[in-house]
Amino acid sequence: MHATAANPARTMDHAVKRQPVGLVFGCTILGAAAQVLMKTGANQMAHPGLLGMVTNLPLMGGYCLYGISTLLLVLALKDGELSLLYPVIALTYVWVMVLSFLIFHDNFNLWKILGVAFIVLGVTVLGKGGRS
Amino acid sequence: MKTPVSNMLLVLLASFIGSFGGVFLKAGAEKVRQGWIYMFISKDAPFFNWRLASGVGFFLLSSYFFVLGIRPPGELSVLYPMVALGYIWTLVWSRIFFKEPLTRFKFIGLFLIVVGVFFVGLGSQ
Repeated sequence: MHATAANPARTMDHAVKRQPVGLVFGCTILGAAAQVLMKTGANQMAHPGLLGMVTNLPLMGGYCLYGISTLLLVLALKDGELSLLYPVIALTYVWVMVLSFLIFHDNFNLWKILGVAFIVLGVTVLGKGGRS
Repeated sequence: MKTPVSNMLLVLLASFIGSFGGVFLKAGAEKVRQGWIYMFISKDAPFFNWRLASGVGFFLLSSYFFVLGIRPPGELSVLYPMVALGYIWTLVWSRIFFKEPLTRFKFIGLFLIVVGVFFVGLGSQ
């Protein structure tokens, strides 16, 4: 309606809205790295129990990354909508699959590839909706 | 289907509890002052903000039930899609607690993601 007057505010709004999705994107990469580290730690667990866990460097590194990832999520949720940002976390599945293929040589199959494609498509649709 | 109902109920419970993790993180995040530095140095810091702390608590509790739920003979192809239900709970809570608009984009995007997680589950057998 008030096109000229509303313009600067609108650009601001865009900048504010796009940042949270980027932050959650970072969250998913950190979350996937955390899972890979925890898997590495679990594989080389020498002695089970609390002491074995605390002295397990990859495992503890995984927990730390999870902590940082949670902080990023909080920053994102501060400016963004929960209903928009929460489903984006599903991207973690995509990175975990790629990383576990590269690092642990886990197998890939048609269902997993289809699943990844659908998740990426869904996140793209959410991203588009968040911008307009 | 070999997956016992008890495993399904545990995973369902995990997804339900986990969805409250998101709600409390959002409620807590709104209380944090502008600027990321306040996340560490003020009374808004996660350990002093009871909303954020309970959000993390819900996530931890949720992962506990999840691990119990996916124990054998639970099948991942059945149990993984149930995790995706968590996204649907979250959509409902966003509407109820934060009055967020539910747009067509959100429904379509969420539907595609749930289908994607379902396929990942099928492939993880």
